[in-house]
Amino acid sequence: MAGHLADIWSYRELLANLVRKELKVKYKNSVLGFLWSLLNPISQVIVFTVVFQIVLKNTIPFFPIFLLSGMLAWNLFALSLAGATGSITGNHQLVNKVYFPREILPLAAVGANCVHFLLQSIVLLATIMVTGVGFDWRWVWLVVPALAVLLLLTSAFAIFLSAINVYARDTQHLLDVVLMAWMWVTPLVYQWELPAKKLHEHGIPASFILVNPIVSVTVTLQRALYQQHYVGAGAAREPMLPMNGQWWYLRNLGIIGACSVVVFILAMRLFHRLEGNFAEEL
Amino acid sequence: MPNAIEVDHVSKRFRLSSERHSDLKGRIVNRRRAKTVIEEFWALKDVAFDVKEGSTVGLLGHNGSGKSTLLKLVGGILRPTSGEIRRRGRLASLLELGAGFHPELTGRENVYLNASILGLSRRDIDARFDDIVGFAEMERFIDEQVKHYSSGMYVRLGFSVAINVDPEILLIDEVLAVGDENFQRKCLDRIKRFQKDGVTIVFVTHAPDLVRQICDRAVVLDQGEMVIHGEPGEAVREFREHLLGRAAEVLDKVEPTKKHGELVRVTDVAIEYPEADRPYVRNGESATIRIAFDASEPVDDVVVAIALHATDGHVVFGQNTWGLGEKVRLEGSGEIAFELQSVSLLEGTYFLTVNVHTREGARMLDIREQLDHLDVLNHDGNYAWGVADIPVKLDLSKLGGGT
Repeated sequence: MAGHLADIWSYRELLANLVRKELKVKYKNSVLGFLWSLLNPISQVIVFTVVFQIVLKNTIPFFPIFLLSGMLAWNLFALSLAGATGSITGNHQLVNKVYFPREILPLAAVGANCVHFLLQSIVLLATIMVTGVGFDWRWVWLVVPALAVLLLLTSAFAIFLSAINVYARDTQHLLDVVLMAWMWVTPLVYQWELPAKKLHEHGIPASFILVNPIVSVTVTLQRALYQQHYVGAGAAREPMLPMNGQWWYLRNLGIIGACSVVVFILAMRLFHRLEGNFAEEL
Repeated sequence: MPNAIEVDHVSKRFRLSSERHSDLKGRIVNRRRAKTVIEEFWALKDVAFDVKEGSTVGLLGHNGSGKSTLLKLVGGILRPTSGEIRRRGRLASLLELGAGFHPELTGRENVYLNASILGLSRRDIDARFDDIVGFAEMERFIDEQVKHYSSGMYVRLGFSVAINVDPEILLIDEVLAVGDENFQRKCLDRIKRFQKDGVTIVFVTHAPDLVRQICDRAVVLDQGEMVIHGEPGEAVREFREHLLGRAAEVLDKVEPTKKHGELVRVTDVAIEYPEADRPYVRNGESATIRIAFDASEPVDDVVVAIALHATDGHVVFGQNTWGLGEKVRLEGSGEIAFELQSVSLLEGTYFLTVNVHTREGARMLDIREQLDHLDVLNHDGNYAWGVADIPVKLDLSKLGGGT
């Protein structure tokens, strides 16, 4: 295990080059180029705002900030997995002919989406500045552990899925369906308290939502970046996000982080076991 | 000298199935039957040899002998089913030139990408970039997208990147067969320089000539088994003899197909070489192809044809009885002989196809495709290359200069 990580580390320049390649190839010959990376979340904001604020009349204040603070992380997660799943099968000419640690391929897909994520975060930060909502500095630091856990979780799944897909090519199609459903059960477009209340009515504690591992990350990011914690006015005023202290958020991240480490180790093990036959299966 | 590569009793099993079940449904549906569907096939059986540091080893064998599989195992692309491979030193493999070139990227971008796949750091590549481009003679096109390159340019750039990696162990898989003659010469020179610099080289080929030219040792593989590991000359001889022995074996096993061979059956094909104890012909010597047949009833107006194929499948030569102005009537069992009066071919193995058909309606009566082969060896001192042996006379009288 340690040997594998060292092996991957020694090929970090290849990882950087593959990330660069992926980005270059994606925007080659397009007029707007990298701007597309920014236009994507902007269009998401427009569509979801029209549908949820105007058509469905939800009253979340500063909805774009709320949406982006969770959705950007989700996009990083979902697009990385989609990209990583086909990364070994899509690069069969490389896998068949040259030796390098194969984990580099799914990791490069994650890396490319990290670059998009960083660019898109500029859109989010700009929106926060422009609207004048500002930051609560006592909470913003939670972004760091949240992103670390997100990266670990994403990498673990990415490595796992890329290896599985070599043997069962249905994985990539199945993944599309799963990711769509997964997005809607994650409180990204709606607030945490909505499912929490429903669960409460059935006598289930709200923390059940945390079974979905990505929620610990997105809800922390929402709490850290989005300053409006209440929806409605007067007597109807109610909280949107869990009103627990920072430790609650940190504890959740810790649990998911620990699980991610375990999943990561298992994924690497599985990958290594399957890897020996990649060249034959492709 | 310590060993750079140790191949320790390595075997490799492939699983073949008539239908690949790489989707979920297939996996689930066929789980029960999986065992019967999958066929096992040993590509390598208990192969063991060492490669000394700084030496050059050729892997000889015909198609399907397992030589490319062995190279992939040494290169870490495949993992052995049993046994172990130990390697010491930085590895570069020329299994495929320009593997991983992306058509949308420019030559320059691809050089950086490809070199980092082979393990070079950015700083190393910066330092060698001009050498790489210069060797490939690609200065003018380096900022063009690779998709606009010709296949020759592609290969040249790929080779150039690979040899500039400064390997300690270099694996080469028949890549020397590509590119134009001039570039091949350049590659060979470069390999000789590697040899001087003490690089360990393992390369796969089915050209015995090349083995004699540049190898210190050679390994001959046949159907996954190591036939010999020894001196190049010895190995090449063994390679030829073994190939011949195996062809005879195959011949015995093959049953004539039901459809063909009902009326006329080719019962034996034999190649008669000029000397009995020498299973090959030298350029320009004669050889005789004897075809024994058995006709269940008399057939008129039959054409018996022979064809020689190069190892890549191209027909090198074809002739038949009708083309030679003969009408043939087959009756009972008998034999037809084609005497090739001058085999004007260069060193190599030429596979023989024999077929018997009627002239009218061209109905196939029997066919034996490439079960037999003719081996040609160059005369000592014949350094021509290619397929045809064309006598050449050089005239230097108008060269001028000193007399």
